[in-house]
Amino acid sequence: MRFGVVVFPGSNCDTDCYHALRGLGYPVEYVWHEAASLPEVDCVVLPGGFSYGDYLRAGAIARFARIMPAVAAHAEAGGAVIGICNGFQILLEAGLLPGAMRRNASLQFRCHDVHVRVEAGGMFTSLAGRGRVLRLPIAHAEGNYYCGAEVLTELEANGQIAFRYCDADGKISAAANPNGAVGNIAGITNRRGNVLGLMPHPERCCDPVLGNTDGRLIFASIAASRGGLCHVG
Amino acid sequence: MFMARIRVTLKPTVLDPQGAAVRKALASLGFTGVEDVRMGKYVELKLTARDRAAAEQAVAKACQDLLANPVIEEYAYTLEEVGG
Repeated sequence: MRFGVVVFPGSNCDTDCYHALRGLGYPVEYVWHEAASLPEVDCVVLPGGFSYGDYLRAGAIARFARIMPAVAAHAEAGGAVIGICNGFQILLEAGLLPGAMRRNASLQFRCHDVHVRVEAGGMFTSLAGRGRVLRLPIAHAEGNYYCGAEVLTELEANGQIAFRYCDADGKISAAANPNGAVGNIAGITNRRGNVLGLMPHPERCCDPVLGNTDGRLIFASIAASRGGLCHVG
Repeated sequence: MFMARIRVTLKPTVLDPQGAAVRKALASLGFTGVEDVRMGKYVELKLTARDRAAAEQAVAKACQDLLANPVIEEYAYTLEEVGG
């Protein structure tokens, strides 16, 4: 299971992703945003940060980076793509996932741990399992996910909602929603289930020294989906 | 040479937390009559095009592809012929 972490100008979680994946024992390499093609990887990671300074809208410029057609082709071919925070915003702007991101309803940059409930099975959550509550850190000002009522119905019907913000007991409530996202949505997949975008940062909680290893479940699920090594627990 | 003056605004159905915060700030300053504030973006594009229709087409495409996100935003613009 090989991972490729795309580096845009302004990415700032690329090294965290690289470190976390290496620590879990997976081969991983950086992919420069100006590359025209991807190296031999099974999963593309679009990391968090502020690509292109978040100018215009978060992710709006990165969407036109030279590497992006190759990322779209990888997704089209069934390859795994995970967009974390700014990476999620890029996937939305690129149309690889439906919806858009608004400013947090509080207008605050929220930087703290949240709980999310795993809502769907699939390649990103198979090891966590539906209903499991994960504790993951968030750090964003634009994570207020929006989609129209029709799209929301479709997401629900197709099992595309991967994670919802919840309290420690797994209860979905407005109080547990850190940004105002529609339906407490913290992460969604495309219809086929091979592209995931999520606002929380699993790469920031993979190393025991950080006091939390819930993030491992997501990366290990991806690896397990390809019969790869599994380093959980 | 043409000058396009573009306004990008959130769709009326989309909540605007920034506008709501500004409305509250105005209210606290005593502007009690302000009932709603909607924030948006203003973009000027100076462009060369062979005629007005071509300029119009380029501006509309720029708005659709990049300047506005059609999921949550809408745009409007004026186009004026200006000296180089």
